[in-house]
Amino acid sequence: MKIKKEAICGTLESNDLLVKVVPFGGLQVSIYSEVMRQFGARIREVVDETLKQMNVSQGKFVIEDKGALDCAIRARVQTAVLRGCDSEELDWKGL
Amino acid sequence: MKKLRRSMLFIPGSNAAMLSTAFVYRPDSIMFDLEDAVALREKDSARLLVFHTLRLTAYHGIETVVRINPLDTPYGLMDLDAAVRGGAEIVRLPKTDCAEDIHRLEREVDRIERECGREHGSTRLMAAIESASGVVNAVAIATASPRMDSIALAGFDYVVDMQTQRGDGMELFYARCAILHAARAAKIDAFDVVFSDVNDDEGFLKEANFAKRLGFNGKSLINPRQIELLHQAYAPTEQEVLKAQRIVHAAEEAESQGLGVVSLNGKMVDAPVVLNAQRILALAKPAFVQA
Repeated sequence: MKIKKEAICGTLESNDLLVKVVPFGGLQVSIYSEVMRQFGARIREVVDETLKQMNVSQGKFVIEDKGALDCAIRARVQTAVLRGCDSEELDWKGL
Repeated sequence: MKKLRRSMLFIPGSNAAMLSTAFVYRPDSIMFDLEDAVALREKDSARLLVFHTLRLTAYHGIETVVRINPLDTPYGLMDLDAAVRGGAEIVRLPKTDCAEDIHRLEREVDRIERECGREHGSTRLMAAIESASGVVNAVAIATASPRMDSIALAGFDYVVDMQTQRGDGMELFYARCAILHAARAAKIDAFDVVFSDVNDDEGFLKEANFAKRLGFNGKSLINPRQIELLHQAYAPTEQEVLKAQRIVHAAEEAESQGLGVVSLNGKMVDAPVVLNAQRILALAKPAFVQA
């Protein structure tokens, strides 16, 4: 999937995260989290896995995490990608 | 023994914090809402949040319900995909006016179950009645599909349709009775309306006791603090429990002795009385566990 436009999803409330994405030549993911030391590796793993499942290879992602569970991370990243691609078409098998 | 369904807690599908923590309140059922509690611009994000939340192991053991948007909106079918594929036990259809609304929902659920490999028939349906038409057609709605699990009254839209407003409950009396009779005739469950003033415990308990006396299985709730109050309202008294225990014990003894007739203190006990005693003991069990 190709990011066509700037998109945002989520909030900065506890147990949530804010995902911003803009079009970009390569794939760049920056993650900031209050629990980076304990869960940073896991957050990155979930984000990378989610982007891979959606075949996203381009885009600049900035993620501000406030202690979200994996389910919220997946949902927010997927929604940001769909909004950035201007698409509502979901490949449920890939989710 | 049938699972208790006293409390069905609404959780806004767009609120990640509530979705991540609502299981701690241990209601009998949790209803993830994709309809009225979600702003139009967040319908897409809420759908995916609910889809992934349904898979949280923390929700295992709590009945999961998803309220989708009506199927004639741009969101309804996509919501249904998320609910069925995510593993929701029950799909709640708002604004159900006639049996055809359930037939259409059933066809779509059949299709999605087939596509995603989910066991056929494993998604059950709940109809929310929110209009005069829905109340008039309640029996046809309740019996529209073998997937039908329950029927719920939604008070606010209903009173608007009836050109009245919420008051002491008289305005809902006919609808409550009609829906209950439809549910009982169809052998499915019935849920009473939400009580919106979360600071009015006295008013809530009055309404909960009334719903219980009418025969509702439980109520829809909008705030976790109403759960304990509701469970207490539905808990039988000690005297009711003792009497029920004696009746069930007498029935068990009669069965072990091969007797066709149950008697207690010299009086014959009818089968419906035994069934009611078993229902009272089922209601008592969690109350005593909590105490």
